[in-house]
Amino acid sequence: MDSALATTDPAEVHAEHGHVSLPQHRHHFETAEQQREAGSFGMWLFLLTEIMFFGGMFFSYLIYRNWYYPAFVVASNQLNVTIGTVNTMLLITSGFCMAIAVWAAEMRKRPLLRTMLILTALLGVIFLGLKSDEYYEKYELHHIPGNNFNISMFTNPAGYGIKEPPLSPDMAQRTQVFFFLYFAMTGMHALHMVIGLGILCWLIRRAHRGDFTAGYVAPVENFGLYWHFIDIVWLFLYPLLYLINRHPLH
Amino acid sequence: MTDQAIHGNANHPGNANHPIDGDVDNPEHVHHHIITPTQYLFVYLALIALTALTCAAAFVDLKWANPVIALGIACTQVVIVVLFDMHVAYQSRLIKLTIGAGFFMFLVMVTMTLTDYMSRSWGMW
Repeated sequence: MDSALATTDPAEVHAEHGHVSLPQHRHHFETAEQQREAGSFGMWLFLLTEIMFFGGMFFSYLIYRNWYYPAFVVASNQLNVTIGTVNTMLLITSGFCMAIAVWAAEMRKRPLLRTMLILTALLGVIFLGLKSDEYYEKYELHHIPGNNFNISMFTNPAGYGIKEPPLSPDMAQRTQVFFFLYFAMTGMHALHMVIGLGILCWLIRRAHRGDFTAGYVAPVENFGLYWHFIDIVWLFLYPLLYLINRHPLH
Repeated sequence: MTDQAIHGNANHPGNANHPIDGDVDNPEHVHHHIITPTQYLFVYLALIALTALTCAAAFVDLKWANPVIALGIACTQVVIVVLFDMHVAYQSRLIKLTIGAGFFMFLVMVTMTLTDYMSRSWGMW
């Protein structure tokens, strides 16, 4: 007991416990396995708070979709389903690259890890590019909620060559609720991606240096969890925002 | 953690304990399951196929079944991602239980809030 308290040099403490001393192994963990478990556990607790955060928005979507269903259908059909589907595929592919990156780190394949992380980031950037194109189209059509919102496309769809039932002016105003939720949910999703891309740049730099291909994979693995979480949010956003009712007047 | 230590390790990626068949021994004697790229590829193809399916299903008029199918496919995709891409299928019971409890807590909150919304406008819908 005395000697344990007296010894402060980490190397000596490690020697006393009979540990294999690796640079990434923190001494307050008994084993590296415990350290890894604690890391994953902490990451999952963070992701659960994120689920609650996005969950609140999904819940308000559920309520308003039931109240203003006709407005939600027509507004949803003004979104570009092709871009939405392509973006879904892009995110799934990006997630696949991230999964391979985690595997490459475990297998200590430094060039593959670097390539996969760069591909993950690249696909994320393309996703955001397509998303901003969609946002710009809504800006041009005055479909961003607020003072400049224009309901004429929803009160007189035939005038715009759109095959939708016309809405009463009151219900047409409710399309603003849909677009508010659309921008809030996809906007928060995009913000998470921007933060993720920032972390990816840092990871790519460290992966290039070889930090994660010597037995220390925790940062790559935990970032993978975050990136897949972003995928998960989009997998719900895609059908709920783009595919409410794609067969009007049939 | 010194740079020398990191680079020292990186310069001779330990082939003494070369990974075999989906499992790996790290130098710190940690043994854990690793999903192979082939498995990730199957997961990837399944997710792409389900995306195509949900998109196609939305263009067919199936009445009340449309949102059910869309959400069912989304839930299937999410379960696949969580179990395999996020490695939950191979995690400890502690982590599995924590994630399950988190989702359950979310459902409890949704149910209780929905109860409030529905009971306040009772008979008006």
